[in-house]
Amino acid sequence: QAAWCVLPSRVLLVLTSQKGIQMYESDGSIMVYWHALDVTEHPPAQAVFARGIAAAGGRFVCVGTSSGLVLVFDIPPKGTNITVSEVLEQHRDAITDIAAEQGRAPDGAGDLVTADDAGTLCVWSAGEEFALLSKIPAFGSTCSSVKLWNGIVAAGYGNGQIRLYEAATGLLRAEVNAHARWIYALDVAPQTGKLLSGAEDSFVHVWRLSRDPDTDNVEIEHCHAECVTDTQVCGARFCDPEGNSFAVTGYDLSEIFRYSRA
Amino acid sequence: MSARTLPLLFLNLGGEMLYILDQRLRAQSIPGEKARKDEWTDVDRKRVMNDIITTMFNKKFMEELFKPQELYSKKALRTVYDRLAHASIMRLNQASMDKLYDLMTMAFKYQVLLCPRPKDILLITFNHLDAIKDFVHDSPGILNQVDETFRQLIETYGCLSAGEFQLIRQTLLIFFQDMHIRVSIFLKDKVQNSNGRFVLPISGPVPWGTEVPGLIRIFNRNGDEVKRTEFTTDGNYVTPQREGSFELYGDRVLKLGTNMYSVSRPVETHMSGSSKNVASRAKENIAPNPLAKEELNFLARLLGGLEIKEPGGSETGFRLNLFTTDDEEEHAALTRPEELSYKVINIEATQEPARRAQLSRILGELEVAEPRAAGAGKGEDLLALMDGL
Repeated sequence: QAAWCVLPSRVLLVLTSQKGIQMYESDGSIMVYWHALDVTEHPPAQAVFARGIAAAGGRFVCVGTSSGLVLVFDIPPKGTNITVSEVLEQHRDAITDIAAEQGRAPDGAGDLVTADDAGTLCVWSAGEEFALLSKIPAFGSTCSSVKLWNGIVAAGYGNGQIRLYEAATGLLRAEVNAHARWIYALDVAPQTGKLLSGAEDSFVHVWRLSRDPDTDNVEIEHCHAECVTDTQVCGARFCDPEGNSFAVTGYDLSEIFRYSRA
Repeated sequence: MSARTLPLLFLNLGGEMLYILDQRLRAQSIPGEKARKDEWTDVDRKRVMNDIITTMFNKKFMEELFKPQELYSKKALRTVYDRLAHASIMRLNQASMDKLYDLMTMAFKYQVLLCPRPKDILLITFNHLDAIKDFVHDSPGILNQVDETFRQLIETYGCLSAGEFQLIRQTLLIFFQDMHIRVSIFLKDKVQNSNGRFVLPISGPVPWGTEVPGLIRIFNRNGDEVKRTEFTTDGNYVTPQREGSFELYGDRVLKLGTNMYSVSRPVETHMSGSSKNVASRAKENIAPNPLAKEELNFLARLLGGLEIKEPGGSETGFRLNLFTTDDEEEHAALTRPEELSYKVINIEATQEPARRAQLSRILGELEVAEPRAAGAGKGEDLLALMDGL
């Protein structure tokens, strides 16, 4: 995996692989940090890899591992003196995705959410010591991707469902039978609350998240569906913070498709 | 990538190979009494199938196969099937072997791609094994071997999570990435497009455990459902009837992995320009792979330890043609596009003393009783074998 981690002082390019985690300056010129994965932590037949990357709390980069551990790296404003400040041990299955709050969280709603193979989600507040705010239990399906926006956790599952939870309490607020196959990608456009979902069923859907000010209910409405014919969608991302355009990648596809609002 | 993928890859590809061979042997067989000495009979067909299946499910081979390990390279795996296909009196020319391998790999790629749930990869494997058991239903010894492997599959994969199965599936998809060989039977059934890509249907039953897309439910803070809305798409999905069985015996429900060939449907592939991106294929590793030696030594050890049966009576093996005529087969060999050739590894058995010692040791351990042109010594055969790999 590859992700830009945007911190107030610098932007890092973080890469994960089967061997470990690499961090580069944003132009890819210098590798500032290398973290090798500890193979001994895993039982012999299990795959070893790092997966799930997010910048949190203005100071940390969090990366998940196949053993379920989440490594928290403390990033100085500049230089290579990056250290592992903490290891979060709440998950017992391989981490699938990690997301940081991309909007404005209501008080106490958390900075970070981590998801695993079993479908368990954890919401954390970032700091010198990360604190677990809520733990959302699995219901039998892998949580393959997760996003956090305005205190709402948007989770995509292997059975094609999207579920929305209250980050602060872990309460289920919405359930969408969104796709007919495994959801591979979720993205959120922070300025409008649009949500993008891409799955193996060839479909990409655009949704809109919102909160009803009177009832305080979380709302989700379907905006648009796009079928990428004969393609299992593996990646989907908005290209702008309002969500007026998005890009899609798929299995066996050497092209990136870009869709824009007419 | 998952270290548990190889058994599934090997067994499913092996299953496809048996479907194709069975179909070709039936298509070319002559009733016993009327057959000439060099023509296929039903008895020959059964024997070839039995021999190959016995070799495939050899206990020692299975033990090695099930050990956690990385996938073999495409070249190394192709070599295994080459040896497997020649585990009996049957002989295949290069062109026919190429075609056989193309068909096997595209068929399994299709099955992995369309697999509804990651866990259903196991059902696909069980479909293949059920069919294999049917091929050898009157040979209790071999049947036992297959059942053993069945049990080992259940033991190894029975309790893996969906996430682990998805990792296995992804490992397989990466192995098959960029392969777009067009298969006649797929094109006719509209399962593959003319550009070699598979058709992904957006209708039909959803996987077991998935709901038909369309419903949105909103809950209040107390957990009560307060609103329901629906959205529509071009998709036309329905609820599945029941789940397939993961037991030793049972209805698998899933059709993927069952035999799609019958005597009346010939198997053909189209070779021309199956991939527009020639450049990407040419990127295939030309630099010597340091692991190649390791892989081949291991393979040589495994395959060398297996008994290769001698053809009873006649000295020469029976040749099977995967094309309709000998001329077609020759033409296919000459016109196979460069980018689709299964590039072979050249092993220099001469240089380093350590390597020479290794190879000599392996040569010493191997016992092969294969029909060869008169005069060729045992050692020469094996060296020729390895050089030809």
